[in-house]
Amino acid sequence: MKQPLIEIKNLSAGINGKQILKGINLTVRPGEVHAIMGPNGSGKSTLGYVLAGRKGYDVTGGSVTYDGKDLIELAPEDRAREGLFLAFQYPVEIPGVNNTYFLRAAYNEQRKHRKQEEVDAVDFLAIVKEKMKLLDLPDSMMKRAVNEGFSGGEKKRNEIFQMAVLDPKLAILDETDSGLDIDALRIVAEGVNKLKRPDNAAIVITHYQRLLNYIVPDFVHVLFDGRLIKSGGKELALELEEKGYDWLIGKNGK
Amino acid sequence: MSESLNAIEQFVASDYKYGFITNIESDTVPPGLSENTIRFISAKKHEPAWLTEWRLKAFRHWLTLAEPKWPNVTYTQPDYQAISYYSAPKQKKTLNSLDEVDPELRKTFDKLGISLNEQKRLSGVAVDAVVDSVSVATTFKGELAKQGIIFSSFSEAVHTHPELVQKYLGSVVPHTDNFYAALNSAVFTDGSFCYIPKGVRCPMELSTYFRIEAANTGQFERTLIVADEGAYVSYLEGCTAPMRDENQLHAAVVELVAMESAQIKYSTVQNWYPGDKEGKGGIFNFVTKRGLCKGANSKISWTQVETGSAITWKYPSCILQGDNSQGEFYSVALTNNCQQADTGTKMIHIGKNTRSTIVSKGISAGRGQNSYRGQVKIMKGATNARNFSQCDSLLLGDKCGAHTFPYIDVQNPTAQVEHEASTSKIGEDQIFYLNQRGLETQDAVNMIVNGFCKEVFRELPMEFAVEAQKLLGVSLDGSVG
Repeated sequence: MKQPLIEIKNLSAGINGKQILKGINLTVRPGEVHAIMGPNGSGKSTLGYVLAGRKGYDVTGGSVTYDGKDLIELAPEDRAREGLFLAFQYPVEIPGVNNTYFLRAAYNEQRKHRKQEEVDAVDFLAIVKEKMKLLDLPDSMMKRAVNEGFSGGEKKRNEIFQMAVLDPKLAILDETDSGLDIDALRIVAEGVNKLKRPDNAAIVITHYQRLLNYIVPDFVHVLFDGRLIKSGGKELALELEEKGYDWLIGKNGK
Repeated sequence: MSESLNAIEQFVASDYKYGFITNIESDTVPPGLSENTIRFISAKKHEPAWLTEWRLKAFRHWLTLAEPKWPNVTYTQPDYQAISYYSAPKQKKTLNSLDEVDPELRKTFDKLGISLNEQKRLSGVAVDAVVDSVSVATTFKGELAKQGIIFSSFSEAVHTHPELVQKYLGSVVPHTDNFYAALNSAVFTDGSFCYIPKGVRCPMELSTYFRIEAANTGQFERTLIVADEGAYVSYLEGCTAPMRDENQLHAAVVELVAMESAQIKYSTVQNWYPGDKEGKGGIFNFVTKRGLCKGANSKISWTQVETGSAITWKYPSCILQGDNSQGEFYSVALTNNCQQADTGTKMIHIGKNTRSTIVSKGISAGRGQNSYRGQVKIMKGATNARNFSQCDSLLLGDKCGAHTFPYIDVQNPTAQVEHEASTSKIGEDQIFYLNQRGLETQDAVNMIVNGFCKEVFRELPMEFAVEAQKLLGVSLDGSVG
């Protein structure tokens, strides 16, 4: 068995003193896709933010080991440079900042971190073109400002595009399917599938099963009230689709 | 919430990186202002009698004026009798070439990152460097002269082209215009003069680098640029000042005249010493800048990036007299720590089909207070005049302020005037988004701020745009928590 890429042990965390995650245990190894499902308010997005290191989300207990390092000790930008990528549920607009310029800055931060030489604008354009082709994205996206005036679908595709360029070891997709029509959903999912390799991994956070028709997970976990109350294979997702969450919550609810 | 706010506050705490003092022997008059001081300055510069009289007239008028109280800034009024009105670096003889410039002075320019070397030709910038009050060396004069372009220090132009100076001096900003313009007219020591003859397109960017060096000296430059029919010129002005505890006064006057179909593009990057974090010291920047679109189809464009000074009081304006003439104002003003800025523009539409565009970007950080004050005036005869104004404010932290004071006066019913304004805050979500892509908080803020200013930066000549971006970075620099 491969060494874990990320090992979350008994993780508790909250915001403004309110406990949201109450002891999460999860191990993800390279090559695996894990889906985390759960009803609204169960702590799914909090998990993504805590792993990415968002300010205000305080870890109160447990540990997270990422690629052999104590993840909680790392600044958010260092987590990113170490190959942890969060695809946002609501990508933020940065008016006036060119998408390519921004992405090259991010790309070069990663290169610097790895003691590699920075790439210039010309070489970067070649990298970008290749990824755009892979994901079948229009060139115009790169000429616009970061997410400014993008439709919901365009924003999500831009997240996947950034993921393709930054080539993370661990991608966390936070409700990437929300607000997408079925075509956009398919494009986003195909992108994720194309980027999948034996040496990287993904945690797919979703409310609906439908994304999992396109991204087939190796493991499915149900998050409820800050705990993973059930884990299984991809068939668990189908079971949830059929029965909803109530049968699980009934067993574990307060 | 409080944590992210702290991070923003911490990195807006910045240090002034241009605060070095050069030891050059200066030739300075004792503090004080009287007719005698003015006669002294005028004599020192071997000025003709008409100019001495012009100065004295301005001085007598200035005595009747009171300092304006309407700007949205608070400060202790300078003691005008405590200022020394003339400080010239001591020179042994007239300079024949750049090699003769005082090495200390050359070092100062090197620190500022501008070089007086003829190598500058490669980058196409001709520099007229003003240190304190006297223009030290003017590069490329010979090359420009071949095309009939006059580019020299103001005092030199008084001697070489008195007819042009006398004709245009005070024609756009009369000595009666305002308190500081009157003061400048009385005591101005030097500045730049530029004349582009008919049909000539100036082949390079002309540039002045201002720097206040001596303690307790006010700097009163006078700049006059005349573009004759069909001429074009792009002019760059950069300013820095060393760090001093006392406030130094800077009251410049810039006059631009564009004849028929002429075009003047005037760009400023101003990073005078802003004072320390507690608001001690710094430059009082009380400047009058105005352009006259005298001929039909002429165009004047002001672009400014203002990151320095303790107090800024500045309204580069356009008088659109010629039919179809155009005025533009693109501005980035940043206030950090205790800086205060009251800046904007005036667009006075007189001719038919005149057009003006105003894009103002105010950035406030620390306890900075940033006011946009703009006037759009459409006179009776200005048929089909059009104006578009956009004023955006960006706030960093919660102790700073942004204010907008638009004045619109339309006297012709065919005019179209549009005004848009917005205020936004750099969001913790934006910073986190960029952090998550590997950018440090400070780099993230710089990126957001630069994006905010993009519409203005793209109006700047390339080298200046790069400098302006760096300058914003420096002005917001500090330790990141």
